[in-house]
Amino acid sequence: MVNETSHIKTRCYHCGDECADSKLLIDDKRFCCSGCKLVYELLNENDLCTYYNLNEHPGRQQLNQKRKDKFAYLDKEEIAAQLINFADDQQVHITFSVPQMHCSSCLWLLENLEKLQPGILVSRVHFVNKEVFVVFDKKQTTLREVVETMAAVGYEPYLSMNTAKKERKSTHSRLVPIAISGFCFANIMMLSLPEYFSFTGYLHEKIGTAFRYIGLLLALPVFFYCAREFFSNALSSIKNKYLNIDSSIALAILLTFLRSLYNLFILDGNTYFDSMSGIVFFMLIGRWAQDRTQQSLIFDRDYKSFFPLAVNVKRNNGAEPVLIGNLREKDIIEVFDQDIIPADAVLAKGKALIDYSFVTGESLPKPIEPGSLIYAGGRQIGERIELMVLKKSDQGYLTNLWNKEENTASDNRKFLHRASNYFTIIVFALTLGSALFWLSKGQYNTMWNALTTTLIIACPCALLLADTFTNGNIMRILSRSGLFLKNSAVINDMAKVNHIVLDKTGTITLNKNFEISYRGKTLTDHEKMLISSLSRHSTHPLSKAIYHYLKPDTAITVDSFNNVPGKGIEGWIDDRHVKIGNRDFVQAGSVGDPAHSSKVFVWIDGRVPGVFELKNTYRNGLKDMLSDIRKRFSLSILSGDNHAEQLRLTKMTEGQAEILFDQSPEDKYNYISHLQAKGNIVLMAGDGLNDAGALRKSDVGIAVMEGNNSFTPASDGIISAHAFTRMYSLLKFTSRARRVLIFSFTISIIYNIIGLYFALQGLLAPVIAAILMPASTISIILITFGMTEWYGRKLIRVKT
Amino acid sequence: MSIIVITAIASLLIAGIFLAALIWSIKDGQYDDDFAPPNRILFDDKTTKHK
Repeated sequence: MVNETSHIKTRCYHCGDECADSKLLIDDKRFCCSGCKLVYELLNENDLCTYYNLNEHPGRQQLNQKRKDKFAYLDKEEIAAQLINFADDQQVHITFSVPQMHCSSCLWLLENLEKLQPGILVSRVHFVNKEVFVVFDKKQTTLREVVETMAAVGYEPYLSMNTAKKERKSTHSRLVPIAISGFCFANIMMLSLPEYFSFTGYLHEKIGTAFRYIGLLLALPVFFYCAREFFSNALSSIKNKYLNIDSSIALAILLTFLRSLYNLFILDGNTYFDSMSGIVFFMLIGRWAQDRTQQSLIFDRDYKSFFPLAVNVKRNNGAEPVLIGNLREKDIIEVFDQDIIPADAVLAKGKALIDYSFVTGESLPKPIEPGSLIYAGGRQIGERIELMVLKKSDQGYLTNLWNKEENTASDNRKFLHRASNYFTIIVFALTLGSALFWLSKGQYNTMWNALTTTLIIACPCALLLADTFTNGNIMRILSRSGLFLKNSAVINDMAKVNHIVLDKTGTITLNKNFEISYRGKTLTDHEKMLISSLSRHSTHPLSKAIYHYLKPDTAITVDSFNNVPGKGIEGWIDDRHVKIGNRDFVQAGSVGDPAHSSKVFVWIDGRVPGVFELKNTYRNGLKDMLSDIRKRFSLSILSGDNHAEQLRLTKMTEGQAEILFDQSPEDKYNYISHLQAKGNIVLMAGDGLNDAGALRKSDVGIAVMEGNNSFTPASDGIISAHAFTRMYSLLKFTSRARRVLIFSFTISIIYNIIGLYFALQGLLAPVIAAILMPASTISIILITFGMTEWYGRKLIRVKT
Repeated sequence: MSIIVITAIASLLIAGIFLAALIWSIKDGQYDDDFAPPNRILFDDKTTKHK
């Protein structure tokens, strides 16, 4: 037991990550990296340590060193003007998007920004949208300083032209019509009650008519304001010579309203206003429930959101920040460590080591020779480089991939559409039939009654309600379990999927995490120390992984070292010459083995004691998930990496999946179209820009989101990384949930048949409509709610 | 009996006031953010003492 406790890892006071060593220490608080320590020091200095008292480890790891003039471009008026909401001589108002925000500590710190940066007058957080609204005094501070302050405490705002321009649709545009229609519905219903239950006729004589006119007054806002959405949708669909579902709702509302007016003024009878406002009210609620996905998630990001806002362009008189969109060919741009390359360019100066993992899916960075091409979207690791722009940002290789046609063939709501079409045809036939029947009998009054009331009762509203409520509920349960869908049409597509394609890097493997094994002569403690001390000085992910693997207690000072990008690092420590790197680097002349580039050789004073082998770490529970998936779907795995992992993957899938390596983004796209051409319905899961084309092409594209602030490519759904290995049960749930839909359809049709029974005889009195309508709606809501909850009871909830 | 009509109208008007209050609060953004306000109220105005 004692042993165990000594093995408990110390956690970083700021971010809660494991601390590799205990060198970074302030007042017995440990830190994992100097970035985290820096944030703590800054907060401590400014009396802002409440931040740490509100929640344990509230921060995010601050590994990336911030470059000093990273935000220099914000000093430029024309760039700043695009971001600012409002500015006058004194004050500037601006809304920042801060995706890192996740707890009450974040909220507290972001609302106390004025303590860190004098000149900030107001900072107000909108937590659900993950936004901070800041007002600052122009005379005391600048936009750049405000952004730098936020970045210094670990909340670097996400700046892009897209967020600056786009206004979020506020929720109240939906809530107000719901409130009004609900109010009117309930009151008309209440005022109609005396009439429905006054059998004596006495009440009716005295007050009935007055109540009817109040009902009319209450129905007007419902008809003219709340139902606007249905009418405008119907109008636009008629203009496009295509009947959508809203047109049938609009027709039903219009008919009910006109028939009620006729009843009221000509027949002096009771009205259907309560049924009409009920239809509007419940339909609006259904729509609202369906649309209520996570507001902070963005499903249709385009390539621009991944690029920096501006980049330094070298001119005769020094460097000048220029907006990405204004980059011209042959401009010389500066790119710093950890910056994303904004346009296809040629390396002009400096040593480039480009991490293409996001673009191509290769997990290891690539060294680039001067004069060769670098694609937009790669991330520079290491020193400052200069590039010459070849193509404008919107014409690059990657952006072309984005612009490829989207999968429009998705049979969006086809099932519902077909069902409601059949339904409408049957209803029309029945209506005409009954009208002819009554006509032949010469009963003109009954004929007119039957004609209008059949259409009132038989609008496909109940079908639509069943659909919207079931889908809304499925989406709610799915998002509770970590899968967020773009819209409800995706549910339908998900249920039909028969082929699943997974990306390897970052999707089924853990990003930036390697499983390390060492082969060769056993290393002495001293040798381990030498290796780890040297590997500390490299930014290459493999060296970092080795450093974490060896977990040294102390480090020896490295006398001198030389980083050779793409090869390795060498240095003098304790009078010994140490090299770590690929085979070619360690033993010059020997042929490198590209397929096994995830091997790192060690060289100490002329001898090679051994080699570190690095393997991808797969997500926990992946094997079970893959075998579950194979039971019902066919499976493919695509990887942008080399085939080093082939053996392990084949073993994991028991040879029953197609596994392809060295897949370019284009290959992935083509692979999906190839599958679709063979008639498969494909679900693709991926995480990077390299999957973007494939995600859009597939029938259901699901992006994997690590943490809750990563940028996911455009997709139909976003799955939280914790939930990824439970994808099979989520898929099973959606296909089961389809049964709920069919069941609730049946129920709604039964109600419709009852209504039709009365309507065809011309006997549908307002009281029957008033009973049938809410009864059918409420029972459908209860059934769908109960059934989806029952099917979803086993799904594990994910904390968001 | 016509007194019922008056009471009905009166009660509708009163209910209308509450509806107006609801719409006001929706437009005011009270339902937009359900996390920040309940947490904000728990914060002390002064930061904790320097240790």
